[in-house]
Amino acid sequence: MKARVYVTLKKSIADPQGNAIKNALVKLGYSNVEDVRIGKLIELELGDISEDVAKAQMVKMCEGLLANTVIEEYKFEIV
Amino acid sequence: MKFGVIVFPGSNCDLDCFHAIRDVTGHEVEYIWHDDEELDGFDCIILPGGFSYGDYLRCGAVARFSRIMDAVKKHAAAGKLVIGICNGFQILTEAGLLPGALVRNKNLKFICETVPLKVENNDTPFTRLYQKGEIINIPIAHGEGNYVADEETLKKLKENGQILFTYVDNPNGSMENIAGICNEGRNVLGMMPHPERACEELLGNTDGRRIFESIILALEGKL
Repeated sequence: MKARVYVTLKKSIADPQGNAIKNALVKLGYSNVEDVRIGKLIELELGDISEDVAKAQMVKMCEGLLANTVIEEYKFEIV
Repeated sequence: MKFGVIVFPGSNCDLDCFHAIRDVTGHEVEYIWHDDEELDGFDCIILPGGFSYGDYLRCGAVARFSRIMDAVKKHAAAGKLVIGICNGFQILTEAGLLPGALVRNKNLKFICETVPLKVENNDTPFTRLYQKGEIINIPIAHGEGNYVADEETLKKLKENGQILFTYVDNPNGSMENIAGICNEGRNVLGMMPHPERACEELLGNTDGRRIFESIILALEGKL
């Protein structure tokens, strides 16, 4: 079982890195780019467990370590 | 009276904190390894600056799961003093001992310079030797010192007088210009600036020394 976790800053938290990349893209001529948000992709190899157990584990891992829910949002998919 | 400086893998201001306590204030201090379990006999715990666990994932995110952090939480819950400086502040927010979080500086740069701070509240064990409203100069050295919290948390911090230090010229984008806060119980302080680097005339600045002297007076029951 594998899981992919996406962690991004909450909308209410400014993303200076995303802004810098947005400005760079606009300078490259992509003037339609309105917003860029940068996040993290975390891939996990979970071994031989059921999907339900994997999902339950992922919620705990995300809440406990992988994301700081004060500033970040997360979503994950089991693949 | 005994101070303890916690050493995480990647701490790099532990020696400076140790020096400030032992050689500047003349008090007893010991290093505490992050994998230890006990803090018995310590009166004030310092979480020093640095890059604990390489600051991987987020600053302080891994350090908060160090074995010693359970003891730090117990120490704080008992009303004893804890001070987190720079990376130590980040660890305290990750551990939930202080509200909010510290994110990337607004200008994306690592900033290393001495900046003016305003003492917002001198009615704490950490700040009693300062005047309220006094401007002090303390070095900062961080890439992730931009303090963020939701509106409700900021309102509480203001109402309870938990904002102890603010930046005069906000260098990193921190909400409310916050440079240092304490918990509701006023026994846990977190600050991005480094008072331990501003304790000696020889180094050109003694503005940080009164934090440690305030703590000592508080522990001696004199303030």
